[in-house]
Amino acid sequence: MTHHQETARPRADRFVRLTIATSLALGSFAAVARAETVVKWMHVETVPSNIKVWQEIADAYHAAHPDVRVELQFLENEAFKAKLPTLLQSDAAPDFFYSWGGGVLRQQAQTGALKDLTSDMKADGGAWAKTYKPAALDGLTFDGKTYAVPYRMGTVAFFYNKQLFQKAGVKAEDIKTWNDFLKAVKTLKDAGITPIAGGGGEKWPLHFYWSYLVMRNGGQAVFDKAKKNEGNGFLDPSIIKAGEQLAELGKLQPFQGGYLGATWPQTLGVFGDGKAAILLGFENTEPNQAKNAGDGKGLAADNIGRFPFPAVEGGAGKATDTLGGLNGWAITKKASPAAVDFLKYLTSPEQERKMAAAGMIIPAALGAEDSLKNPLMREAADQLAGSTWHQNFFDQDLGPSVGRVVNDVSVEILSGNMSPKDGAQMIQDARALE
Amino acid sequence: MTDMTAATYARPAPAKSAVKYKSPTARGRLPVLILFLPPALLLFTLFVILPMGEAAWYSLYRWNGYGTPTEFIGIKNFTVLFNNAAFSQALINNGLIILISLLLQIPLAIWLAMMLAHKIAGVVAFRLIFFLPYVLADVAAGLIWRFVYDGDYGLFAAVAGFFGVATPYVLADRSLAIYAVLAVIVWKYFGFHMMLYIAGLQAVDRSVLEAAEIDGATGWQKFRYVTLPLLASTVRLSVFFAIIGSLQLFDLVMPLTGGGPSNSTQTMVTFLYTYGVTRMQVGLGSAVGVVLFVICVTLAFGYKRIFMRHD
Repeated sequence: MTHHQETARPRADRFVRLTIATSLALGSFAAVARAETVVKWMHVETVPSNIKVWQEIADAYHAAHPDVRVELQFLENEAFKAKLPTLLQSDAAPDFFYSWGGGVLRQQAQTGALKDLTSDMKADGGAWAKTYKPAALDGLTFDGKTYAVPYRMGTVAFFYNKQLFQKAGVKAEDIKTWNDFLKAVKTLKDAGITPIAGGGGEKWPLHFYWSYLVMRNGGQAVFDKAKKNEGNGFLDPSIIKAGEQLAELGKLQPFQGGYLGATWPQTLGVFGDGKAAILLGFENTEPNQAKNAGDGKGLAADNIGRFPFPAVEGGAGKATDTLGGLNGWAITKKASPAAVDFLKYLTSPEQERKMAAAGMIIPAALGAEDSLKNPLMREAADQLAGSTWHQNFFDQDLGPSVGRVVNDVSVEILSGNMSPKDGAQMIQDARALE
Repeated sequence: MTDMTAATYARPAPAKSAVKYKSPTARGRLPVLILFLPPALLLFTLFVILPMGEAAWYSLYRWNGYGTPTEFIGIKNFTVLFNNAAFSQALINNGLIILISLLLQIPLAIWLAMMLAHKIAGVVAFRLIFFLPYVLADVAAGLIWRFVYDGDYGLFAAVAGFFGVATPYVLADRSLAIYAVLAVIVWKYFGFHMMLYIAGLQAVDRSVLEAAEIDGATGWQKFRYVTLPLLASTVRLSVFFAIIGSLQLFDLVMPLTGGGPSNSTQTMVTFLYTYGVTRMQVGLGSAVGVVLFVICVTLAFGYKRIFMRHD
């Protein structure tokens, strides 16, 4: 044995020396590379002009911090949601990524994939935290711990084609209640106009209808109880009533042909091409319909009107309650400190003001919305400011599994394939399994 | 497949050559085995055996994919699965796909191969055209057909507009969508099977056919009693590929319908993706994986045992 080892030693020595030399060489390369920290920023934005604004901000940051380079990485919305769990646990995890808050973010936080930002936010007497609207920060905080940097807020509301409304003789100002809305749908249909553009292929665009109806019928108390699986849960009579009203809308066949296969971009295109009069969409519908329209221009901005989701007769919810996004940037566990610093910069009132001016977002940063120029965005921001209850998207708030069931059920009820009661039961079953 | 080739290679070492086995060549084989087997074995274990074992293990837990699974729930994932209407639909659809592959695709492939196996002018061009869909990436084919079926801007819309009838939105129709998908499957894969049959037909001995001709056999008789029996091993192989391919169908369906509307075009694998991956129910997804694995293995080995014994 010893003999054998001795003969082997010279060779081993040479091997060790070689290894040291190689690692030194590699090390010096690594040192060169380390001089520049790369912050990987993962997003789902598709509007080129918006990405340009981000790129400019990233470049400006790089100019001020030459050792940090911010790299934008795009993933398509649906692919992003599906890929994230795997991605977060791999070495390819981005430093920070787009988040819709809610149950999905909470689940990610619970598993330890995210960085706890509470101490950063609270440092210097909460200097950083104070730059955001309290509602935005609260929405991204669970059990006193903040897991994402607030970025934007949004509301879902009805957008309509003014020309088509005029042609059918429908007045948006008159739509105050759900029954008014149904009447408007009928009038449009009688005038030979497709009333609503709907994206049933991706399902979530239609779950907004169910969500709003639940909010208008049941109010915050009922929804919060259902979310916590207390009382009747999702079998509450007002939630079942919401389903019945949804079925009633479905019976009018208000959507474009083939809506059950339509993706969201296609749906925006249908509205943008003037092939349907109404779209229930996000605050940034105007630029998005333009991008997805057949001619790339879509409806002129002054041809698009906006009205909030109407009240429901006898419902506990108010017409001023809002459903909408609350988006933030979640930072992953292994992210560099530079990522936190960059996000502070990105979501500072100064930068958010730039993005608001470009019509990209309703800022989450305090006092940044004064730069909003787009009148439709302005309207959305005003509605948000006067919101009596702002609820995050149901499919995000209820977490990935119940949320997806809500999406499924909304489409099934609307297309008359499932009774409102069975739908409520299916959601309740999914909730009970959590 | 690998097992089969291994078995066929192992077979020609019967007892007769037991003496020869200890020859210098056999001894020389041992270092080769020691040197070359471990890498393959390691890779196979790492990327095939281990993930399979892991999936089987995950399928007994309720797990969202983060960290390690801790909540043991026994066979509940499987009971949930078999009570799920969408999964039953997926099983039915997989069955339907196999059926169509066997009853429509393979006869079509044989028929075309019969015409294209011989040296006629322009035959290569036709072979190429028929084989082209198979060369296309599945996702690309799905997207192309999504456009063809599109009721607003697609080919279907144009055709319907030409005849002045209402455009059918086939992919958005619960009862039609699956047939639209089936049509694309046949279109996509018949070329592959056709190529198999052309290769098979070219190996058929012309003199046997000539003999049949001299004996006065009709065209159908020549096909039924000479060509088909000689083509049998190719048919068995083609059927095998069709069945396994049908069970694993995924990338063609996703861009076409994503399993919708109302889960009417779900296959087992799209179900796995929709319910397991996007809903972060990795336990349930793994259970689907296990079921799929068991079905595939049973079919594959059963089929090989029964039909491909002599090939």
